[in-house]
Amino acid sequence: MTTLAPSPTRSQAGPAAARTTMWSATKLVAGREIVVKLRDRTFLVSTILFLVVAAAGTVLPALFSDGSSTVAVVGAGEVGGVLDRAGMEVVAAADVAAAEQLVRDGEVDAAVVPGDGAGGIRVLAMDRTPDSVVRALSSAPPVHLLNPDAVDPMLAFLVPMAFSMVFFFLSITFGVQIAQSVTEEKQTRIVEILVAAVPVRALLAGKVLGNGALAFGQVALIALVAVISMQVVGSDAGLLAQLGPAIAWFIPFFVVGFVLMASLWAVTGALVSRQEDISGASGPAQLVIMAPFFLVIFLNGNPTAMAVLSYVPFSAPTAMPLRLFFGDAAGWEPVLALLVLLGAAALCITLAARLYEGSLLRTNGKTSLRAAWRERETRVS
Amino acid sequence: MLRVASVDRSYGDRRVLDDISFEVAPGRMTGFVGANGAGKTTSMRIILGLLAADSGTVTWNGEPITRAVRQRFGYMPEERGLYPKMKIREQLVYLGRLYGLTALAARRSVDDLLDRVGLAERANDPLEKLSLGNQQRAQIAAALVHDPELLILDEPFSGLDPIAVEMIAGVLRERADRGVPVLFSSHQLDVVERLCDDLVIIAAGAVRASGSRAELRSRYAAPHYQLVTDGDAGWVRDLPGISIVDLDGARVVIELAVPDDDQAVLRAALARGPVRAFGPIVPSLAEIFREVTQ
Repeated sequence: MTTLAPSPTRSQAGPAAARTTMWSATKLVAGREIVVKLRDRTFLVSTILFLVVAAAGTVLPALFSDGSSTVAVVGAGEVGGVLDRAGMEVVAAADVAAAEQLVRDGEVDAAVVPGDGAGGIRVLAMDRTPDSVVRALSSAPPVHLLNPDAVDPMLAFLVPMAFSMVFFFLSITFGVQIAQSVTEEKQTRIVEILVAAVPVRALLAGKVLGNGALAFGQVALIALVAVISMQVVGSDAGLLAQLGPAIAWFIPFFVVGFVLMASLWAVTGALVSRQEDISGASGPAQLVIMAPFFLVIFLNGNPTAMAVLSYVPFSAPTAMPLRLFFGDAAGWEPVLALLVLLGAAALCITLAARLYEGSLLRTNGKTSLRAAWRERETRVS
Repeated sequence: MLRVASVDRSYGDRRVLDDISFEVAPGRMTGFVGANGAGKTTSMRIILGLLAADSGTVTWNGEPITRAVRQRFGYMPEERGLYPKMKIREQLVYLGRLYGLTALAARRSVDDLLDRVGLAERANDPLEKLSLGNQQRAQIAAALVHDPELLILDEPFSGLDPIAVEMIAGVLRERADRGVPVLFSSHQLDVVERLCDDLVIIAAGAVRASGSRAELRSRYAAPHYQLVTDGDAGWVRDLPGISIVDLDGARVVIELAVPDDDQAVLRAALARGPVRAFGPIVPSLAEIFREVTQ
C-alpha cells in the first residue's frame, strides 16, 4: 500500500466497515483462539514437554538396547570368524585368565574360551547370559513361520496405546480449553458484544476450528519429532512403512472425531457461568472420551468388539485405524465408518449450535439442557 | 432514527416490558431513565437483538434490524466485559475486525480512540492490569471502535470518577454532534440532566414520559414561582389564586392557579418593597422523574 486515504470523517452515511460474513467472523475467532494459546505459557511448556517425551521415547530404547557386543576370544580360529560375521567386535586374549580379566573389567561383554562344552568352547560373562553370542555360536534349526505378517507383539501393544493416548489427551486438553474459552466470554460478559456483532455460530465454529488447528499442529509436530528421532538413531524403518496406512486413516478420523468432541465441550462451557463450574458440568463429555479410550485399550485383541467399536462414532477415531493396522478391516470399512462419524459429527454440531445459542446469554448459574434447547433468544436473522 | 414501537416482553409469567415505544433521533443524546428493574437493560438488549421481543418492532431508519445493520451499532453492556488477559489494543482491534473493519482501519481507529480516552500509554497492558476506571474507558472505546452509526450504552457513567464522566461525556457529545443517535441509560439523574437532549422515562416496564428535556419540563412542571423579598414574605398567602408551596422568611415558593397571574404577584410584591428575585422554578429531572413515576 503506497498511499493511505485520509482518515474518513464520519457522517451518517455509514462507516468504512464492510459487513462481516459468517466465514470471515469464524476466521477471526479462530485466529484469536490460536494467538492467545500460542502465547499461553502453560500451553507452550506442555507442547515442549510432549516433544521431549516423543524424542526420548524413540531415542532412549535404541541407546539402551544391546547394540553390538564386544567379545574376547582366546586363540585364533573359526570362533572369531563366526562372531565377526554376526556383527560383533572380536578382541584377541592371550589366555583364559586374561580373557576373564577383560570380562571383569567390563572391557568386553563376554569371552569365548576353550572348554569342555559342545564344540570345545565355554562362554564367560558377568551376570547374564549373552544371548547374541550364544545364538551366534549355536546351530539353529530351520524355522518356518506360519503367519509371517503378524504384528510384533510389542508393537501390538504399543500402537493401540499410542493412538488411543493421542486422541484421548487431545480431546481432553483441547476440549477443556474450548469449554474454558467459552465460559470466559460468558463470565466476562464480552459475549454480549460478540453476539451483537457476529453470528453465534461463527463463535462456535471459530473456537472449534482454532483449537482443532492447534491440536492437529501439536500432533503433527510430535509425530515429526518422533520420526526424525527414529531416523537419527536408525530405528526400524520398517515400522514406519507398517504404520503408514493406519496413520493416513487416523488423520481424517482424528479431524472429524475432534470436531465431534469439541462441539460437546463448547456446549459444556456454554451451560455454566463460571469457569469453576466447568468440571462439574463436564461429566457427559468426559464419559464419551474416557469410555472409548479404555474400551479400545482393553479390547483391542478382540476382533468382534473392535469391529463394533470401529463404527461407534466416539471410538471410531482410534478403533478403525487400529483395525487397519492389524489388517482386520476390509478396504471399504474405513470409508463407511468415516461416513458414519461424519454424520454423527454433523448432527452433534447442529444440536450443539442450538444448545450453545440457547445458553450463551443466560448468565445466571447453570443452564439446563432443556432450557437451552427451548431458548428462543438470539435466533434472529 | 431508531424507533422502538409497541414492544412487549415477558419472562415466563412476568411481563417486563409493556407496549414500549420511543425514538432516538440523529444527533441527540437520549437519556434512558428508570429505577433498577424498570426494563432499561431488557429494552437495550432487544434493540441489539440479544433478546427477542414477544411482539412489536424495532426499526433503524425505517428498516428492520438485521445483523448487517446491527454490526454498525456500538454497544456497551451493563456488566462490563472484555478479555481480562488480552492486551487492550489487541482486543479492541479484534472487536473492530469482528465489526467488519480491515486490520489497518481497525488499528488506526483503536490508536485514535485510546488516545482520545487517555489510554494510549496503557495500550499494551492486559485489561486486568488496569484500574476499574480505566477498564471502563477501554469499554467505551470498545463500543466506538467501528465508528458506529448508533450508540447504545447501558449505564456508561456508573462507577466513574467525575473526571472520567466529563471525558466520556465529551466523547459521546462529539459522536452526537456528528449525527449519531446516542441512547444511554443511567440512574444518576444529575448526570442525565446535564447531558441529555431527549429523555425516555420508564417505570415498571412502561414508558411514562418521553420527549425533549425542555418539553418534558414544561409539560410536567407545575406552575411554581419563587419570590425573594427583603422582609417576611408571609403576606403572599393573602393574594387570590395562590397557594404556598414553601415559605422560609423572605423566600417563598408559590403555585399559581392561573399561570398568567405571575405579573400580578410581582406587582403586589413591588408595591410592598424591594424584590430581590422573582421567576418560574424549572423543575429538576429528579422532580419530573418523581412525578411521572408515582
